[in-house]
Amino acid sequence: MAVLNEEQSMLRDAAKSWVQEKSPVTAFRKMRDSGVELGYDAAAWNEQAEMGWAGVIIPEEFGGSNFGYLSLGLILEEMGRTLTASPLLASGLAAASALILGGDDAQKGEYLPKIADGSLVATLAVDEGAHHAPEKVALTAEKSGAGYKLNGKKTFVLEGPGAGLFVVSARTSGKPGDKDGISLFLVPADAKGVSRQNLKLADSRGASNVSFDNVEVAAGALLGAEGKGWDVLEKTLDRARAGVSAEMLGAAVQAFETTLDYLKVRVQFGQVIGSFQALQHRAAKMFTDLELARSAVEAALQAIDADSPDVPELVSLAKAKMGDTFHLVSNEMVQMHGGIGMTDAHDAGFYMKRARAAEAAFGSQSYHRDRYAKIQGY
Amino acid sequence: MADFGGGDLDAFRAEARSWIEANFPPALKGKANPMMREERSKPNADQETWRKAMGEKGWGVPTWPAAYGGGGLSPAQGRVIQQELGRAGAYNPIGGMGVMMFGPTLLEYGTEEQKQEHIPPIVRGDLQWCQGFSEPGAGSDLAALQCKAEDKGDHYLVNGQKIWTSGAQYADWCFCLVRTDTSKKHEGISFVLFTMHQPGVEVRPIPLIAGNSPFCETFLTDARAEKKDLVGPLNGGWTIAKRLLQHERSGLSGAGGGGYGGAKPLPKLAKDYVGVDEAGKLADSDLRTRIIMNEIDGRAFQQTAVRAMMEAKGNSGPSAATSIMKNAGTRWMQDKAELTLEVMGHQGLGWEGDAFNADELTAVRSWLGGKATTIYGGSQEVQNNIISKRILGLPDLTQHN
Repeated sequence: MAVLNEEQSMLRDAAKSWVQEKSPVTAFRKMRDSGVELGYDAAAWNEQAEMGWAGVIIPEEFGGSNFGYLSLGLILEEMGRTLTASPLLASGLAAASALILGGDDAQKGEYLPKIADGSLVATLAVDEGAHHAPEKVALTAEKSGAGYKLNGKKTFVLEGPGAGLFVVSARTSGKPGDKDGISLFLVPADAKGVSRQNLKLADSRGASNVSFDNVEVAAGALLGAEGKGWDVLEKTLDRARAGVSAEMLGAAVQAFETTLDYLKVRVQFGQVIGSFQALQHRAAKMFTDLELARSAVEAALQAIDADSPDVPELVSLAKAKMGDTFHLVSNEMVQMHGGIGMTDAHDAGFYMKRARAAEAAFGSQSYHRDRYAKIQGY
Repeated sequence: MADFGGGDLDAFRAEARSWIEANFPPALKGKANPMMREERSKPNADQETWRKAMGEKGWGVPTWPAAYGGGGLSPAQGRVIQQELGRAGAYNPIGGMGVMMFGPTLLEYGTEEQKQEHIPPIVRGDLQWCQGFSEPGAGSDLAALQCKAEDKGDHYLVNGQKIWTSGAQYADWCFCLVRTDTSKKHEGISFVLFTMHQPGVEVRPIPLIAGNSPFCETFLTDARAEKKDLVGPLNGGWTIAKRLLQHERSGLSGAGGGGYGGAKPLPKLAKDYVGVDEAGKLADSDLRTRIIMNEIDGRAFQQTAVRAMMEAKGNSGPSAATSIMKNAGTRWMQDKAELTLEVMGHQGLGWEGDAFNADELTAVRSWLGGKATTIYGGSQEVQNNIISKRILGLPDLTQHN
């Protein structure tokens, strides 16, 4: 655990006690069983917003507290422990980052206060296929009158069902794969021509495929300069990647601790199974990897707060290491629980399903390993 | 990353810089530390000058108390000295087991007389120490040791065999675990010191898979250890030994960086040997992935070392992260040595001769020598036992501690 300042300690403690009291894994189970299309509990989201969590990275002039990314990461880590389903990552971190990094005063003034108070859920609409590939933008934005006309599709948009605003990457020139010619647009979900297909995914979180058919937007919907959106997009994605890594850290630590508790109580062959060295050494390996992953995730969040030039490589390092670690720990959680871990009544399956969805979000381990090496020049 | 200090530290940095400039012989700039070589030659005049200067100043062990000749400095100032030595291309000539393991332990457990006698020669680099812990029948199960010490009034007579006594052939003194009570296991062990320069001590170097090695067998036949050189209480040596092993482990994991596989970063080496494709990526994609994973593990290990240090300084108390450092560090370095060999192909298997360059000859020896790192200082299995029991609280069926 990083060394925290007073604000950060308070935020972490507040998040820890709220999550334990109001949002244990049973709350997630209840949400899943209810089949709510939103993919999160709206009342719980209101409580999170009331505590100011949606505005942690947003400047005070726009209704936030400007506590920074490590602070928000601490909250996401605590929420990750109990698999709390929330638009906090998509809206209060990812979309808010795009506006903070690329928005003009009018855009910030219109949207950031609503994101900060939780009344608006905004989200990134970036990918167009089954794999994260943010430069492969085919969705087009053509000049139309004083504004633009958007045509195309976006896939696996996080919190798509609950979103009121999409931050859409569109191509204004060039071809899919070019970083040049990508432009970002702020598109209200109720704009004419926007339609969404809400997805049922294994992790029971909200996600949608979104179609844009001749969607007309005004010139003021363009976020940043036309054709020059890549820089803001990549910086935004790095913040989202660090955020999801923080959530994964919390989930993986909890998956490990739950498993460890089980190793201490489950009796077979007349002894607790945690006394078997075969299991002890696998537990030690998981603990070792979790400590390494924690260092990587915290370093990435701290680098963002310090606006360090190392952010891209540190984020890819963190997402790759955290992904591998959560993958391992969630698999071991099921295996070490044995038969009970296979049942829907047990939480182990929830952690394993969330692990895979979080691994795929904003780039899998192989994506980030490749990116890390490219940044390092090989 | 936190800043380690303000203006005072800047002033100290200036002082350190000018002192190093005035005392470090320019001919040694960028030269390897002679202490790190396995086969030691007699030090030359410049090396001796540098050792004496650092020894007198106490900066080889900057944070040790000034009362025993140490630098008496803060950890932050100690880091400044390390940085300034690096900047000047200078090595720290004060080292070895006396510095890494025995000194810190004696400072904690020794009497005033023992500290006055034994610490200053370590600070000055005058005397070298070796570690008499392992025995042929006591490896991972160290407390099974049999080497026995008999009470002869003002001294003990020590009889038995020690193994893996690194550097024993160059050592002046030995810190040694001996059995002083055969009726108990852990509570029958004492921690004694004796000079290696006596007839009862015989040292034989052990050739290892990597060729020559610093490891030795040490035979003790009526060797004499003075009563005044018993550290801690009689039969109370195990506690001290455990503390010393913590120093050893932190040294082993921390010293890992860059030790094996040549000086060039692995990705650079791989580009030289394997080449790149049109996109500038390493031509062998399978090898590339494994190199990336190793690089990521190394970076995460270093980040964890930084985090553990910050936590120890900060408000979080001692860090649980330190318990993983030996296994994480040695796993990373062994993988790196394997990858280095693979990158070099047949050239990485050169044993000696001018068909191979220095990096290649180093790679094969480092790969082999590095296999010891998961065996000594608490094998990786013993480390996993320690994490399982002490950190994770899993039950202990084997009844040892």
